Amino acid sequence: MSILTPHRGTQAVYAINPVAKIGAAFVLSLTLILSIDWVSAAVALVLEGILFLWAGLTPKVFFWRTLPVWIAAPAAALTTILYGRPSGETYFQFSLIHITDGSIELGIATMLRVLAIGLPAVVLFVTVDPTDLADGLAQVLHLPNRFVLGGLAGLRLMGLFLDDWRSLKLARRARGVGDSGRIRRFASLGFALLVLSIRRGSKLATAMEARGFGSRIKRTYARESTFGWREVLLMVIAAAVAVTAVSVSVSTGHWNFIGSTG
Amino acid sequence: MQLSGRVVGGVGVSARGWGWRHAGRAAWAVSELDLEIEAGDRVLLLGASGAGKSTLISALAGVLGGADEGEQAGSLLVGDSRPEDARGRVGLLLQDPDSQVMLARVGDDVAFGCENLGVPRDEIWRRVGSALDAVGLYLPLSHPTSELSGGQKQRLALAGVLAMQPQLLLLDEPTANLDPQGAVEVRDSVARVLEHSEATFVVIEHRVEIWRHLVQRVIVLAPGGGVLADGSPDAVLGARGAELAASGVWVPEYPPPLPARARARGTRHNSPVAAEALTRPDGGVALSEAVTSNRGRYTGLNSPQQSHFSQAGPAAAAACEAPGSDRAEAAARGAAASFAASAAAAGAGASFAASAAAAGAGASPGVLGGSVASAPTASLLRARQLAVARAKGHAVAAGLTLDVEAGRALAITGANGAGKSTLALTLAGLLAPAGGTLEASEAFASGAAAEPIRWKSKQLLTRVGTVFQDPEHQFLAQTVRDELAVGPRALKLARTEIDERVDELLERLRLTRLAAANPFTLSGGEKRRLSVATVLATRPALLVLDEPTFGQDSRTWAELVALLAELLDSGTALVAVTHDAAFVDALADDEFRMLGNPTPSPTAPPSSAPTRTAAAPAPILTDPAPAAPAPAAIRAAAQAPAAPAPAATERRP
Repeated sequence: MSILTPHRGTQAVYAINPVAKIGAAFVLSLTLILSIDWVSAAVALVLEGILFLWAGLTPKVFFWRTLPVWIAAPAAALTTILYGRPSGETYFQFSLIHITDGSIELGIATMLRVLAIGLPAVVLFVTVDPTDLADGLAQVLHLPNRFVLGGLAGLRLMGLFLDDWRSLKLARRARGVGDSGRIRRFASLGFALLVLSIRRGSKLATAMEARGFGSRIKRTYARESTFGWREVLLMVIAAAVAVTAVSVSVSTGHWNFIGSTG
Repeated sequence: MQLSGRVVGGVGVSARGWGWRHAGRAAWAVSELDLEIEAGDRVLLLGASGAGKSTLISALAGVLGGADEGEQAGSLLVGDSRPEDARGRVGLLLQDPDSQVMLARVGDDVAFGCENLGVPRDEIWRRVGSALDAVGLYLPLSHPTSELSGGQKQRLALAGVLAMQPQLLLLDEPTANLDPQGAVEVRDSVARVLEHSEATFVVIEHRVEIWRHLVQRVIVLAPGGGVLADGSPDAVLGARGAELAASGVWVPEYPPPLPARARARGTRHNSPVAAEALTRPDGGVALSEAVTSNRGRYTGLNSPQQSHFSQAGPAAAAACEAPGSDRAEAAARGAAASFAASAAAAGAGASFAASAAAAGAGASPGVLGGSVASAPTASLLRARQLAVARAKGHAVAAGLTLDVEAGRALAITGANGAGKSTLALTLAGLLAPAGGTLEASEAFASGAAAEPIRWKSKQLLTRVGTVFQDPEHQFLAQTVRDELAVGPRALKLARTEIDERVDELLERLRLTRLAAANPFTLSGGEKRRLSVATVLATRPALLVLDEPTFGQDSRTWAELVALLAELLDSGTALVAVTHDAAFVDALADDEFRMLGNPTPSPTAPPSSAPTRTAAAPAPILTDPAPAAPAPAAIRAAAQAPAAPAPAATERRP
């Protein structure tokens, strides 16, 4: 199973149109970046945590795929605690570092927010099949075929990049130019990979053209991409989570519209 | 074409004074072409490299591009329309399997062309099913395309083309990038398709024998423009066979000339010293020291050589020590050596060594021929129980024991995925061994570390030259001339010396005319010649080649083989990964077969060897007598102290 052909589970979540998943993640993120209080983020996170039970992922897969978010969140918190806008009692001060009540609160709020935005985004995308996504983008959102299918076919070349990169590295060593500094070597390898990729890309384009791609005939789709009640339901759930988070935050007086002084 | 119950008839092709010149080129790729192909004709299109075959076929498929890509003369019609307007009526299968897969799943990929032609959904899936059946690809529709072999990818692409129900089916060297098994797969798929089809069929291929029996007509394009010959396969090949062969087309009746290797065939050591060296654990080192002192004066020595084998059980040792013609019989005394003895008894003329089984039995045809070895062998590399891996922790083969020796060619053969290329790259000092040992002799290392992987990139230059399977991976410079100078410059040679070497190589490999060209713009054969030349520029003691003859025309093939033979005779060691039986027969002194599974087994039968004595039945295992002792050899191997390896070295005549 590769990125291009991810595991297709039997749970309902796998059948949901990827366009709806992107939409749901978009609704959540857009709402949550409007404020930097800890209450709205915490409420959203709790609700999301419950919904993740239906995400179609085993705990192992869940933590493995969301690992970057788990690393990024505390890192963001730490930075904010050290350098965030100071207010309230000061606990430690050295050079630019200034830890205060305010910066700690801000730090925690930041961490919760990164989690509340990052986790659902990753979880929703893990179960997205790129082919289904392309179908959705072309048929539901009516994005241009050339762009969507060209991108999809190009994505397939990514797997070949890794092989190319390895071979290029070995070839450089074999040709006697593998001893140079790391940065120079990386730059020249990158350029060589670019040249190879363009060549591969143009060959692929010819092959696609030979199969009638880009002709004036109106294209049909072998796989139907629909937007039905499941998709609507997912969008409604996402909106409900967002609305609940904002309401609780506003009613408890923590809502802190981004940019306004708190 | 019989697909989904409908017969689609063929369409004719007509060229009148047609020509094409690529933008920015002075010469016309095709000119003054007058050609009529009737609907339903099956045509093999031949011509020397550069005669414009691919240009014509791309034009017919309507993918040559518009006015900014080049200039057109005369007219070219598919049926009664221009090729650009005949999209969908023409299907084109290209050479490179990797760049013809568009989507991630088998079914979706076949459907792609139909979607573009606006075929209704139900009809698409009907066509997908019958197209996959037609090419004999019985896989689930959701099967990932990335897991297909090269031959399967080509058949998938063919299915995608067929699903479009073309009236003109074009194949542009569809088997050039495939191993022999893949080529046969694709050819058989096409044959099946043609049985039920009325479509016009045009194939370009420089290996005539693949398609000869599927076509009724052979058209030969003249390099200067126009048609050189046109008629039935027998008539054209009969009248023009020699001429075609000289221009690089593989014509079975006119095989490329083989170089006269100066090696003496079927020789062995029988002096007591050599025999002792063979059985000494440190024999390899002693031997290599003996010869390396001669390096440089090695040329013209032409001494028959035979290498030592890995330390073996007592029976095998006895076989090695036994003098003269008793050797085969002595070998027979040991169960481990019985297979080797039978092979010799069958007159195979080959010296077999189940190196995998660490049997170390050498039964040489020299027993029959009676020539005597006069010089010991220079071992460059010793691999003992070597495990090889592309990426850390994923060994693809293990327990490999072999030697690489000066002036000898070792062919690494075997099934796809057996780890041949990985082994070659490990021997070349490019990949770290995943287990076991790989050591260079002191003389070969000449001051550098014993393990090739620890050599610096520059140190590799004069020691190992590696020619990669895809020449494009190893190109670094903007011009052919600079490309050749990369290695010598890294060695900090004097300018005059560099120029001298580069000029010599340009001349030798017919690249002088292309000195200022960008390496990426060369043809397949030219790229291959350049990639070999770049490696020779630093005069390495060992050449490692990965599939050097893949997709080459017969002229390039013959040139390569002649060049390599010359290098071998001057003492260069050669390791070549290859599927090419003719290449193995022409050059290999030893064949290392990788079996691709962990079960040890005695050597598989060698491919037919035209150079072998007439008494030799070529495929040995078809002869029941020698096949019979094989189980004994396997048992012996299992009992041998050394762990058995999934490979076997075969000494070739």
